[in-house]
Amino acid sequence: MSDTVSLPAAIRLLIIDDEIVFVEVLAKRLSRRGLCVEKAFSGQQGIQKLRHCDYDAVLLDLKMVDMDGLEVLKVIKIIDPDLPVILLSGHGASEAAQRGLAGGAFDFLAKPCDLDRLMEKIRTAVASRFRKEPNG
Amino acid sequence: MDETRQMHPEYTLLARKMFLTILVVSYVPVLLVSLTIYLQFRGVYRQKVEDHLVEMVRKHKQQIDAFLHARLADVRFLAQSFGRDTLSEEAFLQRQLAFLQGAYGATFVDLGVIDARGRQISYAGPFKLGQAEYAGAAWFQQAMAERAVISDVFLGLRGLPHFIVAVCSGEGQDAWVLRATIDFEAFNKLVGGIHIGATGVAFIVNRDGEFQTTGPASPIAAEKVFGGYQTCAVDPSRKIHVYSHPDENGVRSIYVTGLLKDRNWLLVYRQQAADAFHQLRRAEKMSLFFFILGGMLIVVMALVISRRMASRVTKADREKEIMRRQVIETSKLAGIGELAAGVAHEINNPVAVMIEEAGWIQDLMEDERISEPEDRAEIQRALQQIHTQGRRCKEITAKLLSFARGSDGSIRLLDINQIIEDVIRLVAQQAKFTHIEVETVLAPDLPPLSGSETEMHQVVLNLVNNALQAMAKDGGRLTVFSEVDGPWIVIGVQDTGPGIPAANLERIFDPFFTTKPVGQGTGLGLSICYGIIKKMGGRIEVDSRVGQGTTFRVVVPVPPTTS
Repeated sequence: MSDTVSLPAAIRLLIIDDEIVFVEVLAKRLSRRGLCVEKAFSGQQGIQKLRHCDYDAVLLDLKMVDMDGLEVLKVIKIIDPDLPVILLSGHGASEAAQRGLAGGAFDFLAKPCDLDRLMEKIRTAVASRFRKEPNG
Repeated sequence: MDETRQMHPEYTLLARKMFLTILVVSYVPVLLVSLTIYLQFRGVYRQKVEDHLVEMVRKHKQQIDAFLHARLADVRFLAQSFGRDTLSEEAFLQRQLAFLQGAYGATFVDLGVIDARGRQISYAGPFKLGQAEYAGAAWFQQAMAERAVISDVFLGLRGLPHFIVAVCSGEGQDAWVLRATIDFEAFNKLVGGIHIGATGVAFIVNRDGEFQTTGPASPIAAEKVFGGYQTCAVDPSRKIHVYSHPDENGVRSIYVTGLLKDRNWLLVYRQQAADAFHQLRRAEKMSLFFFILGGMLIVVMALVISRRMASRVTKADREKEIMRRQVIETSKLAGIGELAAGVAHEINNPVAVMIEEAGWIQDLMEDERISEPEDRAEIQRALQQIHTQGRRCKEITAKLLSFARGSDGSIRLLDINQIIEDVIRLVAQQAKFTHIEVETVLAPDLPPLSGSETEMHQVVLNLVNNALQAMAKDGGRLTVFSEVDGPWIVIGVQDTGPGIPAANLERIFDPFFTTKPVGQGTGLGLSICYGIIKKMGGRIEVDSRVGQGTTFRVVVPVPPTTS
C-alpha cells in the first residue's frame, strides 16, 4: 500500500508527553531512524508547536498533569482534522484509548511499546494522510 | 471430641451455661411435678390405708360387742324365762346347755346357778365344779352389784383361760346368779380372724393391760398399748384411734385401737408400717428408680446437646471469621483493582523509559563507534537512567505490596498518621492526573491505636478512593485529617465532590449498595469499613451536602492503656 503513495523524505513527528526522560530517548532513537522529531513536554506546549509548524504525525500521551490527552486531541482535531494522531498510554487498552479512537485518533499504542511497531504505525499513519490529500 | 478439647475457654463456658440451663429447665419442672404428685399420692394412699384399717377395726369392734351382748342376752333370757328353781335342776340345766351349744357351737362351755352367798347350787358342763364357792370372785361380786357382768379373761378354778357372762335375778337373800362360761378359743376366733398382710394382728387387752385374746407373736410393750388405751379413754369422741409407734428395734408400727365392752376392753390392731404401706413403698421405689434413670438421661442429653451446640457455635464463629477475612480480602483486592489504573500508568512510564534506553544503547552499539568518548558517555547516561527508572518501579511495587499483604488481622499498635501518609502516597499520582489537590492535616500528638494494620489501611484507602472517585470528573480538594476528640481518635476524609443525595445517604453502609455501573463497584467497600470500625468499638459518621462535598469521620476509641 505504501508503495503507491510517495512519502516525504523525512517524516516530521511531534511527541507530546510530560514524561521528559521518555520523550528524550524516544526522540533520539526515532531521529536515528531518519525521522524529524519535535518534542513537547506538556499538552499546552504541544498545541503551541502545532499552531506554528506543520507535522506529518503526532505521538500523544493520554495522561499528562496539565491537560488530559483527550482534550489535547480535541484541539489538534480542530487545528488540523487530518493530522494523524497516535495515542500512547500507560493504561493498556483503556477506556480512554477507546474514546480517543472514537474522537479521531489514528491508532493507539500501550506503553512500553516496541519501537519497530511504533515506526510501522507512524509510517502507516503518514501514508494514510498522504493518500487522503495527495497534494498536501 | 477433638474439637471440644481444643475449645476456647469462652466456648467451654458457653457449653457449661447451656448444660446448666438445659438441666435446670428440664429437671426443675419434673422435680416439682414428681414431688407434688408423690406427696399427694402418699397422703391419699396413707389416708386410704388408715381409713380401711379404721373401718375394719370398727366393724370388728361392733361385731365383738354384739357377740358379748348377745351372749349376755342369752343368759339373761334363760334366767328370766325359767327362774331359780327350774334352773337349779341340773338335768334341766344340762338340757339348756345342750340347746345353747347346739345353737352356738362350743361357745358356751358350761352353765351354773349360784345363790346370794356365792355357793353354786347347780352346774352343767364338762368340769366337776359341784359346790364351788364364788363369793370371793370379782365377777360374782360385780354381778351381784351390777345385775349383769362380762368378766375379763382369767384361769379360775379350772386352770384354762375363759371368761364369765353372768346375770343376777332376785333381791337380797333371794338373789341368785346364772353364769355361763364362754370358751376362750371360740371368742379368740372373733379377733384372731383379723389378719392383714404379713404383720397385721389384732388382740384385746383389758384396763390392766392383760391380754383378753392371744397376744401378738412379737413382744409388745404394754404401756404403748395402754397409751393408746388412755388416749381413747380420754377422748371418747374418737371411737377409733390411729397412731404409730416404733418398737424396741426401731420398727415403726401402726396401731388402730377401739374401746369395747362398755370401755373396759381395748381392741388393738397392729401392723408394721412397712407392711401396711408396702405397696406405697414399692411405688416409691419404682418412681425413684425412674426418676433417677430419667435424671441420668437428662444429664447425659444435656451434656451431649450443650457440647454439640457449643462446638457448632465454635465452628460457625470460626467460619464467620474466615468469611469476614475473605470478604475483607476480596474487597481489598477490588480496591487495589480500582487503584490499578493509576498504578499501571505509574509503572509503565518508567518501564517504557528503561526499554527505550536499552534500545538506545543497542542502537549505539550497532554503529561500532562505541570507542568514541561521547558515545561512551551516552551509554553511561542511558544505563544510569535505566537504574533510576528501575528504582522508581521498585518503590511503586513496594508501596503496592504494603497493601496487598494478606489480612492477617493481627492486632498491634498503629500510628494512624503513618497509615494516612501511606495511603496518600499511593494515590498521589492518581490525584495529580484528576486535578485533585491533596492536603493532610495531622494531629502531631496522636496516641497509638490498637488494631489490624492492613484493615486500617483498607478503611482509609477505601474512604480516600471514594473521595477521589467523587471528584474524578471535575477535580477538587481532598483533605485527610486526624485529631483527638476526648477518648476518641478521629480520622477524617473530606472531599469537595458533588455530595451524596439524602436518599442514598442512609444506604451507603448497606452491603452491595453502589451507584456505580454494574461491574465497576462491588458495593462492599463502605460496609466492610463499617464492619472493621464497629469491631474496634468505633463508628463512621457522614456529613454530606449536595454540591458542596462529603466528610467521612472514622471515630475509634483510644485504647485505655495508651490514653
